[in-house]
Amino acid sequence: MNPADSFQGPVDHRLTIRTPEGIAFSLPLAGPFSRFVAWLVDISCLALGSKLASIVTNLLGLISLDLSRAISLILFFAISIGYAIACEWYWQGQTLGKRVMGLRVMDIHGLRLRFSQVVIRNLLRTVDSLPLCYLLGGVVLLASRQGQRLGDLAGNTVVAATGRLAEPRLDRVLDETHYNSLRAHPHLAARLRQRIGPAEAELGLRALLRREDLEPEARVALFKSLASHYKRRVPFPEEDVSTISDEQYVRNVVDVLFRK
Amino acid sequence: MIIDLEKFISAERPYWQELEGMMTRQEQDPYRRMDFNEIQRLHYLYQRASADLAKVNTFSAERDMRHYLETLVGRTYGVIHGARRQAVRFSPFRWFFHTFPSTFRRQWKAFVVGVSAMMLGCLFGATALLVDPGSKPVLLPFKHLQISPAKRVAQEESAAAHHEEGGPKGTFSAFLMTHNIRVSILALALGMTWGLGTVLLLFSNGVILGAVTADFVHAGQSAFLVGWLLPHGAVEIPSILVASQAGLILAGALLGRSMALPLGRRLQAVVPDVVTLIGGVAVMLVWAGLVEAFFSQYHEPVLPYAAKIAFGLVELSLLVLFFSFGGRSGARGAERRESR
Repeated sequence: MNPADSFQGPVDHRLTIRTPEGIAFSLPLAGPFSRFVAWLVDISCLALGSKLASIVTNLLGLISLDLSRAISLILFFAISIGYAIACEWYWQGQTLGKRVMGLRVMDIHGLRLRFSQVVIRNLLRTVDSLPLCYLLGGVVLLASRQGQRLGDLAGNTVVAATGRLAEPRLDRVLDETHYNSLRAHPHLAARLRQRIGPAEAELGLRALLRREDLEPEARVALFKSLASHYKRRVPFPEEDVSTISDEQYVRNVVDVLFRK
Repeated sequence: MIIDLEKFISAERPYWQELEGMMTRQEQDPYRRMDFNEIQRLHYLYQRASADLAKVNTFSAERDMRHYLETLVGRTYGVIHGARRQAVRFSPFRWFFHTFPSTFRRQWKAFVVGVSAMMLGCLFGATALLVDPGSKPVLLPFKHLQISPAKRVAQEESAAAHHEEGGPKGTFSAFLMTHNIRVSILALALGMTWGLGTVLLLFSNGVILGAVTADFVHAGQSAFLVGWLLPHGAVEIPSILVASQAGLILAGALLGRSMALPLGRRLQAVVPDVVTLIGGVAVMLVWAGLVEAFFSQYHEPVLPYAAKIAFGLVELSLLVLFFSFGGRSGARGAERRESR
């Protein structure tokens, strides 16, 4: 287990897959709230699609009212049953709602979705939605270790959160044009790299990446705490560090750790 | 030790971006086939991204980076390792006339269980109505079945004689198709209640069918009943039974007594059969809906009951032949090809 996992906080449902190449990777599973919102988006799309279909079939009513009503019934049925199946098959596990929420239906072994999996997980919505508003499916999902409703269990699928696919912007933190006073002591910098573990290093990096999101008081308190932690682990000469702020100190430490 | 993350990212970024581009193109068209050079390049990029992920996991704890690489490797893993033996485009004709009946025969035991549940319901409904005629409102809680069979027959035949059986037949047909397919999907989905829901659904439908049959036969209206039900019922009732067969297959996998496999594997093994059966049922119910709306509602004197019964018997015989022999020659051909 990676040491950083100890900093993940509350229960974090993930799908872990070990490849034949010996690489293990894990994907975060979607929570009930994001799935519910995706479902609301899909319901809205279905309502819109049905409305458009009814406008078209109403025009057919000029030729035959019976034909228009029959086609309207069949279209509504086809849209309500086929929408999720068609979207998830064509977009490899995504409906419009899932696209908006950055979710994707995946095979539980990480393999490509088969058509039968897509069909069964959507047909079983009938039982998941009992008695109303996906109550049964929601209860099963909360009880399931991998966040699966009955349709997912039958189809061997999970819903993963794959929305964030942006490379980390380290250039916002690490800037080689800046003077780093800690690099004036190569032996201490080497000791810093040796003593600071990946999890502690990540804390500093994450704090810097998110510093703009913090309230001013919280920002000062956080960097003070981090700086004093790093100073205890590897003390640098006081005359070199006393003139820089705690935030700058953390920035220098992260620079030493992540940029050689 | 922590790797030089900035240098690492700038060196590897072009490869990740190339892999991401290939994956996006592949995901946009599920039937897209890569040429040999593309496959080789994809495999190389996948292995490179996997190695990068291993490095990041070992030497660095930067979470965004790990998440980015995990997502990229995860997407590619599905394509690399999930390849089918051969990319086969779906052929509706072959699926309906070969795969569907073959699947039905392979899973015949679940069908027998479903038939038994419905027959028990029929027996119960018929016995209850004959022993206690006062129970009719409970057994048949539908307005059009509350009147006496003789009166109903007179009404239907009078309407036929005055050509009043017209009306929105297209709408009625569409309603029947969609309603029956919904009921079939419910019968399938209730299989996830360990089959209890499916069996109860079959039993309750059997009770209604048995009570109606007993009511009309007891009143001496057998010809009307058979002529009314057989043309569409010959397909509709087997359809509901096949949908329930699919539900009971799911239930069998959930209970899993016959297979020494974990739950996920058991379900994985039966899901393609379940989907084939419910797809076939949908096609059958389209036919049943058309027959019920455009044929079953015509009675004597417009259509003789003998003609309606003959039509129903022909349908039933064809259905039995379809399920008994459909796809057999194809299966033998496949066996011969494999033995070579």
